[in-house]
Amino acid sequence: MSLIDLANPTKFLALTARILPWLTAATAILLAIGLYQSAAAPDDYQQGATVKIMFIHVPNAWLSMFVWGVMSLAALGTLVWRHPLADVAAKSAAPIGAAFTFLALVTGSLWGRPMWGTYWQWDARLTSVLILFLMYLGLMALWRAVEDPSRAARAAAVLTLVGAINLPIIKFSVDWWNTLHQPASVLRMGGSTLDRAFLIPLLVMAIAFTLLFVTLHLAAMRNEILRRRVRSLQMMQASQKAA
Amino acid sequence: MSLGPYASFIVTSYALVALVLVILIGWIVLDYRNQTRRLRALEESGVIRRSGRSAVDL
Repeated sequence: MSLIDLANPTKFLALTARILPWLTAATAILLAIGLYQSAAAPDDYQQGATVKIMFIHVPNAWLSMFVWGVMSLAALGTLVWRHPLADVAAKSAAPIGAAFTFLALVTGSLWGRPMWGTYWQWDARLTSVLILFLMYLGLMALWRAVEDPSRAARAAAVLTLVGAINLPIIKFSVDWWNTLHQPASVLRMGGSTLDRAFLIPLLVMAIAFTLLFVTLHLAAMRNEILRRRVRSLQMMQASQKAA
Repeated sequence: MSLGPYASFIVTSYALVALVLVILIGWIVLDYRNQTRRLRALEESGVIRRSGRSAVDL
């Protein structure tokens, strides 16, 4: 099956039906390994056992930006290439991205209280991620507010691309401004500053959560294609009755 | 495994992530069942796609 074949929703559904069980199994296995390694990881000399929150906070934070990146590519697919599945991909990803962003904010807050002495600080990193969460909610509201899917798709695609400006702001906020949030310690020039005892469980959890996103996204795309089929059949039914 | 003096923050974090992910997975599974049920009902009422193929069969 070539890439162009995936533009056909029926072929996409057939592919999804074949790979979803394998993806689900791989996600479950990697999550189990990651959780075991997170539990077995030693305490940090400064943070103590609170470091275990990082193993779920960082993957959620990484995915909050990655999902918007996926939606931005899909937005280009809608506006430039008019790919039939681009809007389906973007619309299906938004609630999943919102959930990951919410979890990144809440787990960060629960880590911040014992470590920083506060649940929340209006610093550049935390504020820009909160803005990202609000943008996810805004996009979801836009899709629900506009009845015609093609009009909603174009408006949402423009908003998604404008919102993508926030991604480098989030990433580099800790370098550009003086923030309470610590600078990058995994993806940075000169390599990771984390000890292997923390880095390996963190990477396993990050891969597991990314696989979880891919699995949920494909399943949500399948639902959206079926929802559009329901809509077109209902319109056919209405026109048959009118005739 | 001892979680130290901040165990409640750690346990709450993991429990919350599990809860939100279960809700997300449950919503997607229920949505799939709902859409396939609606498609079957439409097909049973005689509405079929222009291609003549079932909208539910993959």
